[in-house]
Amino acid sequence: MKSIKVLGTGCANCKNTVKLIEEVARARGVEVALEKIEDIRQIMSYKVMATPGVVIDGQVVHAGGVPARSKVEGWL
Amino acid sequence: MNHTQELVSPAAPGYRLPRWLAGIAVASLAWLVLYSHLSELADALVAAMGLSRATHLGEAIHFFLYDTPKVLLLLTGIVFLMGIVQTFFSPERTRALLSGKRVGAGNVMAASLGIVTPFCSCSAVPLFIGFLSAGVPLGVTFSFLIAAPMVNEVALALLFGLFGWKVAVLYLGMGLLVAIVAGLVIGRMKMERHLEDWVQAIHAGEAQPFAGERLSWVQRFEAGWHHVTEIVAKVWPYVLAGIALGAGIHGYVPQDFMASIMGRDAWWAVPAAVVLGVPMYTNAAGIIPIVEALIGKGAALGTVLAFMMSVIALSAPEMIILRKALKPRLIATFVGVVATGILLVGYVFNLVL
Repeated sequence: MKSIKVLGTGCANCKNTVKLIEEVARARGVEVALEKIEDIRQIMSYKVMATPGVVIDGQVVHAGGVPARSKVEGWL
Repeated sequence: MNHTQELVSPAAPGYRLPRWLAGIAVASLAWLVLYSHLSELADALVAAMGLSRATHLGEAIHFFLYDTPKVLLLLTGIVFLMGIVQTFFSPERTRALLSGKRVGAGNVMAASLGIVTPFCSCSAVPLFIGFLSAGVPLGVTFSFLIAAPMVNEVALALLFGLFGWKVAVLYLGMGLLVAIVAGLVIGRMKMERHLEDWVQAIHAGEAQPFAGERLSWVQRFEAGWHHVTEIVAKVWPYVLAGIALGAGIHGYVPQDFMASIMGRDAWWAVPAAVVLGVPMYTNAAGIIPIVEALIGKGAALGTVLAFMMSVIALSAPEMIILRKALKPRLIATFVGVVATGILLVGYVFNLVL
């Protein structure tokens, strides 16, 4: 099971990113452990420069803006 | 025979680029044709409704029918171009360009980069901290933070469309000036101790090596289009509402009504405009049609642009977000310096124009 963290302080883009990942995971039947990180200090520990950010299994795979659907599909 | 035939899939880059280029060529042509006939279109529609421009209602409706397609066309065109330009810049690249630059030159560069680097206000804190931890001075970081939301392509596109290139260039110049000077002033004040403690702890020279993404032109075009759908989808209700309001003011409020309140001679108009703008927040698109109606009714240009800058640059939501990284004193200083800068620029403009 993939461990996916979405980094964001709660703006619309961050929420949309979570929804998008859930949707794609469901469509592909992939099980994910999705976690939303809103605490700014924790977000900064990943050293991203823009939110929303996506961390999969400890690696930052995306930062800034809602990721394109094709990109999310590539992860799952 | 054993060979397999490779099909050129429609997804192969060699196939998509010509399609994109053709699409852009056709769209640009259509855009130009539409744009140059907006007035006639509006006239025709108003006549078809059986209204005369001599009446308040007719004039208001004409304003609406002329401005709505005009603004939407400009917005789409410029946002698309900007989306492409932004693929050449990223926060990481901007940081790499700025780290270690001297105060002064750094401020100018930061403010200029603020215009082309993609920025969303919820990224303000990560970006802020990212810059600091790479050795970008506090004042220079602020120059970026002020320019980015304020001098954005939406504001410039709309100002250009509704007032001509001179006003757009004016706003650009004013915005850069405020960003540069405010950043310099804040830098001089040596307020690093007013960063939240946890931020000060990070602020210790952790420059990340920049791993750039090489994008193909097809990806850049897609990003541009994505930018358009993202922004126009969010912004069009505000644009329509703003234009409708502007149309009402245009058709019904007497000429020069604003001159008494916001005209050049009312010395208190500029500070009032700036103060009024601080608690207000709307995106650039929403406020521009109001700006148009105000100017059309005699309000001084400097005052109105000051109001606009104040509304966009100083917003309660952004202050709340920044509060997580900055102590109240620094936030207050930030607001104060920027507001003062906008004030001064507003005055100078009224004097000069």
